[in-house]
Amino acid sequence: MTDTAATTADVLARARRFAARFRGERQTPIVPAGNVAGRAMTTVIAIMTFLAALTVGAVSLVGDTASRWQNDISDEITIQVKPGEGLDMAQALETARQIALQTPGVKGAAVLDEAATGRLLEPWLGEGVDFSELPVPRLVIVSIDTEDPPNFAFMRTELKEAVPQADLDDHRAWVSRLVTMARTVVFIGVFVLSLVIVATTLTVIFATRGAMSGNRHIVEVLHFVGARSSFIAREFERHFLRLGLIGAAAGGIVAIVLFAMLGSFTAANRQTPEADQISALFGSFTIGWTGYAGVLLLVATVATLTALTSRWTVMRHLAEIDMISPVEN
Amino acid sequence: MIRFENVGLRYDMGPEVLRDLSFEIRRQSFQFLTGPSGAGKTSLLRMLFLALRPTRGLITVLGRDVATLSRKDLPSIRRRIGVVFQDFRLLDHMTTYENVALPLRVRGKEEREYRQDVVDLIKWVGLGERLNALPIVLSGGEKQRAAIARALIDQPDVLLADEPTGNVDAPLARRLLRLFLELNRSGTAVVIATHDLGLMEQVDARRLILSEGRLEIYD
Repeated sequence: MTDTAATTADVLARARRFAARFRGERQTPIVPAGNVAGRAMTTVIAIMTFLAALTVGAVSLVGDTASRWQNDISDEITIQVKPGEGLDMAQALETARQIALQTPGVKGAAVLDEAATGRLLEPWLGEGVDFSELPVPRLVIVSIDTEDPPNFAFMRTELKEAVPQADLDDHRAWVSRLVTMARTVVFIGVFVLSLVIVATTLTVIFATRGAMSGNRHIVEVLHFVGARSSFIAREFERHFLRLGLIGAAAGGIVAIVLFAMLGSFTAANRQTPEADQISALFGSFTIGWTGYAGVLLLVATVATLTALTSRWTVMRHLAEIDMISPVEN
Repeated sequence: MIRFENVGLRYDMGPEVLRDLSFEIRRQSFQFLTGPSGAGKTSLLRMLFLALRPTRGLITVLGRDVATLSRKDLPSIRRRIGVVFQDFRLLDHMTTYENVALPLRVRGKEEREYRQDVVDLIKWVGLGERLNALPIVLSGGEKQRAAIARALIDQPDVLLADEPTGNVDAPLARRLLRLFLELNRSGTAVVIATHDLGLMEQVDARRLILSEGRLEIYD
């Protein structure tokens, strides 16, 4: 039979099988639906996909959080007014605020009131302290246009002339350190993710090959009753794609549910100290569409990898038993 | 139909286990392949059904030189050779009917086209009552007959059977032999590898005797 004739016959056979399935004619699958090795493989795939999905979600979360930190801090600057002999603090704060507002590139400025200052210092000084009795510096929070930022040097000079006790902090050093830290954290996250993906790939390959070893006799029987290699490979590929999808989807869904639960926990307990701590680090604990897309991509990749491994194992086994030369063996 | 010319076989760098084999399996012929254990019967059978290449010599199967066959050509040739394995090689998760129908299923045929033929053949080998039984509940003889039916379902030109009576008692062995003879009368060439002298004495057929890697032929 020529290649073209064989391909045509193969296509026709597939069409006939599809039509039979469409009519509801069910036959026992050539590869048995479930055995211990298959179930173990599905479980291993589910666990590894879950761990890899957690890593994908965590890296996405850390990446988003790092960029949020950077944005939040770089669009705010502070003016600090230190107490001094004979200084009218309220007047000084108002002057500093007005100077800030008059500078081009400033979107808004607000004096941090005594209550807010008290909350900031509460961890060090405790509750119920009368700040009017203490020489505590006060702050003016200035929002800036990140697209068209103000001239900080000019603003600093203007402030010094009007209020000598005022210092302008544009957070540049802090932002620079934070950016470095955020990039390092994301780099470490990507490195860990790479390791987890390599481990997942190897585990999936070995689990699939383990499950396939219990089916070698089926490959041999099909081979010796005249099945084409493509037919045998397709039967196994379909079976293992299904098992891979079940395992990977289970792992991925559990990971997504876990992220959703943590997200709703932080949202529902926004006022509690525990949620405050989590929010302080991660904001509103959500992994965003990149995280969900990453998990879906992971599920598809793991299922495809399982199917391809089974195909590769079948083809390799067929090559071993097919017209082997005893000296080459 | 199948011709061997000066065929030799060795495994790795060891001595030749089969030497200078020259014979022909003719169309509609019936022969026994025999010899002591370890004489190379199974290796010879594996060469006959294209599972093993010789290390030297020429093998022609159904008019094709096997040395020139590509892997793609093998299934279409194998479909014309029925094989009965000593260990049956039935698929345990499939019924007798499904095991026997397997060669037709892998060829892409629709079940309604072959259902009646499969049922008729299963009845012919005496397993009509075991149509929907799984191999695990079949006796050795029943498994053997199911394996024979599977080898015959697509009407091969040649049937190779490796110790087909090795797992059955004498009456069943005689019954299986009658089945092979009937099949041969309907036009299929039959090669039965066996060391059962009692079985061979029942039929006046050609004998291929392997001994120390060489073949003697008694027509």
